[in-house]
Amino acid sequence: MRKLVTRLGRLVLVVIVVTFLTQLLTEFVPGSLDQILAPFSTPAQTKAIRADLHLDDNVVVRYGRWLGDFVQGDLGKRYTGAQSSIPVGPEVRRALPVSLEIMVWAQLVALVIAIPLGVVAAYRQGRWLDRIISSSAFAFLALPSFCLALILSYYLGAQLKLFPSVVTRIPGWSEGIWTHLKVLVIPVISLALGQAAVYLRLLRSDLLSTLQQDFIAVAKAKGLTPRRILWRHALRPSSLTLLTVVGLQTGALIGGAIVVEVIFGIPGMGTLIQYAITKRQYIELQSEVAIVAIVFVVVNFAADYLYSVLDPRIRT
Amino acid sequence: MTTTTPEAAVPNPPGSTPLLEVRDLVTHFRSPRGLVQAVNGVSFSLQRGRTLGIVGESGSGKSVLSRSIMGLNPRSTSIRSGQVVFEGRDISDLDDSAFRELWGKQMSMVFQDPMTSLNPVMRVGRQITESLRHHLDMDRDQAKQTAIELLRAVRIPEPERRLRAYPHEMSGGMRQRVVIAIALACGPKLLMADEPTTALDVTVQAQVLDLLDEQRRDRFMGMILVTHDLGVVANHADEIAVMYAGRIVEKAPTSVLFHHMKMPYTQALLRAIPRIEMPSHTRLDAIGGRPPDLVNPPAGCAFSPRCPYAQERCFVDAPALQVDPADPSHSFACHFPLESPDQVPPAKPMEVA
Amino acid sequence: MTAPSSDSQPAAATPVPEAPHAAGTKKRLGIGAWLCMGWLGLMIVIAVIGPWLGLDTSSNFELKGQPPFWNGHILGGDGLGRDLFNQIILATRASIFVSFSAIIIGTVVGGFLGLISGYFRNRFAGALGSVFDILLAYPPIVLALTLVSVFASDPSGSGFQREMVVIISLAIVSVPILARITRANTLVWADREFVHAAEAMGASKWRILFREILPNVVPAMLAFSMLGIAVAIVAEAALSVLAVGLKADTPSWGNIISTGRDDLASSPNIVFSAVAVLFLTVLSLNYLGDVIRAHFDVKEAAL
Ligand SMILES: Nc1ncnc2c1ncn2[C@@H]1O[C@H](COP(=O)(O)OP(=O)(O)O)[C@@H](O)[C@H]1O
Ligand SMILES: [Mg+2]
Repeated sequence: MRKLVTRLGRLVLVVIVVTFLTQLLTEFVPGSLDQILAPFSTPAQTKAIRADLHLDDNVVVRYGRWLGDFVQGDLGKRYTGAQSSIPVGPEVRRALPVSLEIMVWAQLVALVIAIPLGVVAAYRQGRWLDRIISSSAFAFLALPSFCLALILSYYLGAQLKLFPSVVTRIPGWSEGIWTHLKVLVIPVISLALGQAAVYLRLLRSDLLSTLQQDFIAVAKAKGLTPRRILWRHALRPSSLTLLTVVGLQTGALIGGAIVVEVIFGIPGMGTLIQYAITKRQYIELQSEVAIVAIVFVVVNFAADYLYSVLDPRIRT
Repeated sequence: MTTTTPEAAVPNPPGSTPLLEVRDLVTHFRSPRGLVQAVNGVSFSLQRGRTLGIVGESGSGKSVLSRSIMGLNPRSTSIRSGQVVFEGRDISDLDDSAFRELWGKQMSMVFQDPMTSLNPVMRVGRQITESLRHHLDMDRDQAKQTAIELLRAVRIPEPERRLRAYPHEMSGGMRQRVVIAIALACGPKLLMADEPTTALDVTVQAQVLDLLDEQRRDRFMGMILVTHDLGVVANHADEIAVMYAGRIVEKAPTSVLFHHMKMPYTQALLRAIPRIEMPSHTRLDAIGGRPPDLVNPPAGCAFSPRCPYAQERCFVDAPALQVDPADPSHSFACHFPLESPDQVPPAKPMEVA
Repeated sequence: MTAPSSDSQPAAATPVPEAPHAAGTKKRLGIGAWLCMGWLGLMIVIAVIGPWLGLDTSSNFELKGQPPFWNGHILGGDGLGRDLFNQIILATRASIFVSFSAIIIGTVVGGFLGLISGYFRNRFAGALGSVFDILLAYPPIVLALTLVSVFASDPSGSGFQREMVVIISLAIVSVPILARITRANTLVWADREFVHAAEAMGASKWRILFREILPNVVPAMLAFSMLGIAVAIVAEAALSVLAVGLKADTPSWGNIISTGRDDLASSPNIVFSAVAVLFLTVLSLNYLGDVIRAHFDVKEAAL
């Protein structure tokens, strides 16, 4: 319990440092923030914006104010003109579930592909099946998800017309499960295959060392079938290693998801972030970066925590 | 060299087939260095209810021999010949799926290191019950009750509670008892124990050996007790086979062996028995010189380079396992056995560290 | 490592304190390693001489979006009617220059910080360690995006300035990762007997660090730098696709992919050619990284 509290404390600290760092970075932007956020404004409008954003306070004070707002769910404004602005909060609230859904699907598909193939490859180590699986995995490591997305959207989208290659709107579940999922197929598969390659390689090598362990020989001498030995005895300890890596890989997955979202025009966090960057909306960007960092940190925290719950050796 | 095999030394009770009969068993491994000649023509037989001790320093092929009998060596790299006859049935050429019917149910094995023999992330109870459910088709409750009885039989206190424990929550001695319980679970007729006490504290060693003895008696199993410590088998085996470089070099009923030792190697093993005051892991390289390279074994008697009594003949001509004319239960492979008139006393006394 | 996509993450594992001595050149390199080195060598040569070949970059309306082998143009034409093969040759310079420079800087800085924080057991080293940990909690792509958008906020800057911005940004992202790997490996070697022996003989700490420890840590750094370059190549392309990378008129593999997207349905050869070159390069780097790790028996460090 105390461990949990210190871990949570660390988590909060990391998020604060990361967002403060982002704020500091925006300080380095040449030019004054009011001009950047809302170019072509009159001096009076500029003054109003400066007052509104408290731009004359120092960084720390402004960070404190941003943090206070952020905690209360106010994610700042996006300036769409000298006088017009819209709140970022609702935008993020619409986009975040989309991105999370894509990433969850991608992780699930990756694991569904990686676990059986990794087990088979380890079991048939050195045989042709293992060679095919292992070298395909190695190749997929070198194929970035956004490249795969383009390849798939050409063949499955433009050529075969099986799935849409532009997804500017995600139909809700209520419009039918398949209608909803259909638009996600190419983005999810593009993201999942690279992840699957990482997981597969890790699982295979971890399984190979587990299979050398004495307790596997004991299980064999009990007369258990190879299938049972693999799935019940070897996969269990190896799946714990896999869990940590699933957490760590989330960083790479977020990166891939941002680019893939932009490629398909999916209205998720990636598209929001890209918009904020190209339109130089640094306040919006900071809030969105904070959200992404929180997701990343929380996922890793959850993976760590899950590990400590699932591994009887460290469970207390 | 070819070994002439004496007929089973322990006289069989008339009319009964031995539980296990091993005939001229050879097991070699392909390795990057060349062919590892781990076991080279071993023969013996074992009756139900009796214990055969296999003794030899580390690297002499004991583990390979026991795994070979059980068909547990890696098939892709090992080359095997000879016969293993279990209850009158030749099991030398069975494949894994046929062996699975024997493993656990007919023959099982206790491994050396209880710290690594148990799955660290699986509850102890589960590790015992899984073979019960697999082999004997027990339901959950039956299996659990049987597991409790097994734990009680191997003298684990509070068995109901221990079922839910993980291996890391137990001491080494306790874990080895669990490993034994797993081996006994499906009532095997043959129990192989490969250095079952080597990794344990001296104080626990005797308890575990007594436990094995008792279970062998109660369940009328044949047992093969593998160890590098002649002291261990002295009190727990009916017959002892001494192994060197993959061969049996001396074999006799326990008391005969200790009283009429023929092999200089056996004598060296005897002198190297760890004393109580020594750390339990003291290695048997206490014998001067190094064990032979099994890829390029020496010509002649494999022990000759280290033997204080070795004469010229020993370096060229490998001695065959022969029956002691004075005692048909005793066989040995030596040109100049101890106490024989031909033996020349050692130039220098045998080194014992 | 700094993957904006799912690539090249080394498996996590704790360094084993028994790393055998970097046993050298006994193992022979296989044909795969030679092929990869050949491809990389070719890319580097093209990167260096490409701009001096005087390749034809003129636009020709008829060539626009033409398929491979059209009228003697091996890869066809790009979206502006230029010869695609020539464009890819020219793009190699920026892609290779940016990724190699970023990771060389990252390896030098990160390696140095990692060595220090792994060897000196003082407060500064400890603080450095926590800084790496916190920086690693930043999703790498997001850090890269933020850095690029902040540094490149002057839209009138030259193409070269923008290249520098991307290089520095990617270098900054790679520093904590390479530092952490170097640190983990340094920790392993700092506890070895020959290091203690040198310490007992009164050798200076810096001398020990650079003479005794560094040479043993170099294979690990090299292996992970290879993966780092691969990731940087991918990152450059990803930034271009997000329209925040190199300037659109700087030819780079990423920019070819990014602009080729518009013509994907009609002329897939534009995107696919650039993807293929990028894929082969990343594959070679990954493979060589693996070969180095296997060759020197580098234990995969915690990431
Ligand atoms: N799977 C294997 N492949 C190659 N060599 C092996 C294998 N298993 C054992 N050996 C070799 O066989 C010899 C005998 O080993 P072992 O039977 O374990 O000796 P011990 O008497 O100590 O139990 C050793 O030299 C060992 O290296
Ligand atoms: Mg052994």
